[in-house]
Amino acid sequence: MSHAVNDFVIKFANVNGTGSASANTLFAKSLFRMGLAISPKNIFPSNIQGLPTWYEVRVNGDGYTGRRDDIDIMVGMNPQSMAKDIKEVVSGGYFVYDNSKPLDLRLMRDDINFIGLPLTDICLREYDDARQRQLFKNVIYVGALAAFLNIEFDVLTKLIHDQFKAKEKLIGPNVHALELGFQYASDNFQAPWPVRVERIESSKSRILIDGNTACALGAIYAGATVAAWYPITPSTSVVDAYETYAKRLRIDPGSGEKNFAIVQAEDELSAMGMVIGANWNGARAFTATSGPGVSLMSEFLGLAYFAEIPVVLINIQRAGPSTGMPTRSQQSDILACAYASHGDTKHVLLFPSSPRECFDMTVASFDLAERLQTPVILLSDLDLGMNDWISEPFAWDDSRRYDRGKVLSAEQLESLEQPFGRYLDVEGDGICYRTYPCTHPTKGAFFTRGTSRDPYAIYTEDGSLYVENMERLNKKWETTKSYVPAPSFYADNGARYGMIYYGTTAAPAEEALDKLANTGIALDGMRIHAFPFNKEVENFIKNHEMLFVVEQNRDGQMQTLLVTECGVAPSKLKSILNYDGMPVTAHVIQEKIRNALPEIDNVLPLKSKTIKN
Amino acid sequence: MSYIRPKIRHPETPINDIGYTRKNYEGSLSTLCAGCGHDSISAAIVQACFELNIEPHKVAKLSGIGCSSKTPTYFLGNSHGFNSVHGRMPSVATGANMANRDMIYIGVSGDGDTASIGMGQFAHVVRRNLNMLYLVENNGCYGLTKGQDSATSDFESISKKGVPNPFEAIDLCGIALQLGATMVARSFSGDKEQLVPLIKAALCHEGFAFIDVMSPCVTFNNNKGSTKSYEYVRDHIETLGVVDFVPMKDEITTHYKPGSSQEVTLHDGSVVRLQKLDEDYDPHDRRAALDKLKESQEQGKELTGLLYLDPDSKELHELLGTTQRPLRSLTEEDLCPGVNVLEKINLSFQ
Ligand SMILES: Cc1ncc(C[n+]2csc(CCOP(=O)(O)OP(=O)(O)O)c2C)c(N)n1
Ligand code: SF4
Ligand SMILES: [Mg+2]
Repeated sequence: MSHAVNDFVIKFANVNGTGSASANTLFAKSLFRMGLAISPKNIFPSNIQGLPTWYEVRVNGDGYTGRRDDIDIMVGMNPQSMAKDIKEVVSGGYFVYDNSKPLDLRLMRDDINFIGLPLTDICLREYDDARQRQLFKNVIYVGALAAFLNIEFDVLTKLIHDQFKAKEKLIGPNVHALELGFQYASDNFQAPWPVRVERIESSKSRILIDGNTACALGAIYAGATVAAWYPITPSTSVVDAYETYAKRLRIDPGSGEKNFAIVQAEDELSAMGMVIGANWNGARAFTATSGPGVSLMSEFLGLAYFAEIPVVLINIQRAGPSTGMPTRSQQSDILACAYASHGDTKHVLLFPSSPRECFDMTVASFDLAERLQTPVILLSDLDLGMNDWISEPFAWDDSRRYDRGKVLSAEQLESLEQPFGRYLDVEGDGICYRTYPCTHPTKGAFFTRGTSRDPYAIYTEDGSLYVENMERLNKKWETTKSYVPAPSFYADNGARYGMIYYGTTAAPAEEALDKLANTGIALDGMRIHAFPFNKEVENFIKNHEMLFVVEQNRDGQMQTLLVTECGVAPSKLKSILNYDGMPVTAHVIQEKIRNALPEIDNVLPLKSKTIKN
Repeated sequence: MSYIRPKIRHPETPINDIGYTRKNYEGSLSTLCAGCGHDSISAAIVQACFELNIEPHKVAKLSGIGCSSKTPTYFLGNSHGFNSVHGRMPSVATGANMANRDMIYIGVSGDGDTASIGMGQFAHVVRRNLNMLYLVENNGCYGLTKGQDSATSDFESISKKGVPNPFEAIDLCGIALQLGATMVARSFSGDKEQLVPLIKAALCHEGFAFIDVMSPCVTFNNNKGSTKSYEYVRDHIETLGVVDFVPMKDEITTHYKPGSSQEVTLHDGSVVRLQKLDEDYDPHDRRAALDKLKESQEQGKELTGLLYLDPDSKELHELLGTTQRPLRSLTEEDLCPGVNVLEKINLSFQ
């Protein structure tokens, strides 16, 4: 149990569907507004009502946003999971519960503090309505936590005002409920506790938002007009948020009509077909899905790759295979997406690590897909997509123009000197000119197909023409490397060993790098932003004797991809894996690396470099 | 395939109101078997578009996979075409239509492409009332994969292999009617007189227009015992009546005896006139259409003609409330809310 200020983990155990979510968010957001780093995680079942859910918040004064797993404070509101919840608290920690009914004595531990609050009794006294009794219980415990943890009460009341701007009636009762809790805690316990928070002043502006909303805003800003999708956790909220913002920002002021179309398809095959059809016809279209949907979209992804049609696919990964753990997070669709579909295919992948990157990379996906005329898959995951993250605010430059890629207009067709060839590599970069349907009465029409064709889009079974086309697609792949975002380096100081990571593994991996460095183990660190890998990725690997590839899947999928695509010896890239569905922690990464190091030192003696010289 | 309009034209070559000859509506040379029903349907599409004065580039042709799905290459060479994947043309057509509501969409499919692998997408494109012509070239078999029975093959129909089909057939017109298609017709590739006006009506109909065209496969399903052979269809055809298509601008001159004819005015003002053989048949009555289909089936007849038409249908764009402008024509100015709005969004997450 750490008794430090601004450094603890608090977990709320609730029953699904009891209105605890908004109270828990209120709690987390108050800490965020006090300048602390918080990383809330919703741990929820694939079920609508009645099963246990947890909300875990790590609070940190040093800015670390990765998960940490020792629970210092448990707010145990669910009798069903109470036995397990009590066991989870670290020695010296706190268990906050509703003592309106006495606690089962068999559950007691003498190494933690039991803090009983008569929540049900207070609610019975204060409220007549059953629903209110249920809902305000949650707000009351937040009020009590404010006293225990030294949360500024003004921050909480301001949040209530913000939340109920449109329903002013609710402000008074909510603030009152907070006061009830605060008062009870102050009157009956020593408050604040040694574990508590203190405001951190910072000039940096930050937002607290989930990655899926950020992706949706990216699609709005990128000018996506067609969204086709099929509901699946954890991607549904991408399209939900797109719809919310589109209804606010994309209604034609004159006519009241929509400058967007959302089609809920009958399945993911159809969703992908619609995205392909819309992009083919010159609109920016996207879909969002998760693993099972990607499997279904696979045939169509091959068509889009081969017929060279832009596609934006937002994949919010969850734990597979099959239905796997549908409400848990993983990074396990890397290979399925990199090479989706039969035949020789490969796809552009982007790996965001924060909501800000979800926004930026979604916008970039549309530009890249149209520039490269191919699918672009944004690989987020449940952890990033559905949990709130502290992030840099979104930015936009109003002079920014969309890159619609190589598309010929009627005038350009008119002035062409040679006949138009859809698959003619005019500029030698492997990217050919396309035309939208209905551009010119007599010029530029062609037949799009998934079968082999010549540079003029005429069907052919001529093997050499087929090979020429496949080679050109490879040339385009080389060109792609100069368009996709380069990696970023957390540390590149000439250490012997390096660490490679991506997506939501970044926060805990970088924390682990810091902590390892503090104990004398200095590693260099690179975060991958995109596939195909550009030169910087290859160089980083080249410049280190051995590298750890940290990721959240069983098979080391990124490691496999690096080995295959960069021609690295598999022994040079050592996988550090965690795939139980919960976001990996810095602690786990540190320990696994620490355990791996001596073994590697045997293989690569310290002096190996000098001996060679 | 890029088509160059001949500069010199035979003085007698007919041209339509927008100055195009029939040739301007043709595609590249067909590679289907000689006598394949599908080629006659391509010719009917060419004629319908020519006579309707459609600008070819305003049409998008879409298809799945199969001999039938190859045919968009053989008509409207100045239109963009899309030969997608097996059974998935409806979704691609939906996306294309969402991007630009101002174009004309022709989807060509086969009975395998629609009634088996594509059944799901077919059902849902009907439900959405997508504004398109969806034409099935129905030969009761999988031509391209060498003649296996398809799901529209009639019970006990005998294919070239000589084995009677043990399964009940799926009637695509019946399904389209049940799912709410707003225009449903059946025809025969060998009956151009009937097919061309039906295609014209379908192209002018605002909403989902479905035409199931019996189109014999001469190579795998034209033998004795098959219910999809030329001979069998000719012998068993029953028609609801003659369909006339009168474009908006033309005056209606001929007069029929009352009761035997019925006129339906489409969105664009064109008129579909039905000279009915059965005076009681009402093409606005969905239930009657279903009954009539069942009745003919029981009598072992192949019912053709306009089965159903709802001229007031609401197509998908109307149902979704999208802008009248093609979505693809919207620019940054229309679509991007800009930095000031983004600042406000940032504030709402602080
Ligand atoms: C996913 C997939 N499965 C199977 C095939 C093979 N295949 C090509 S065409 C076809 C059947 C076509 O039948 P139909 O749609 O009736 O067209 P027809 O050739 O009879 O005109 C099949 C099964 C394919 N192309 N794709
Ligand atoms: S196999 Fe049958 S369907 Fe295919 S082209 Fe030949 S006749 Fe037509
Ligand atoms: Mg067929």
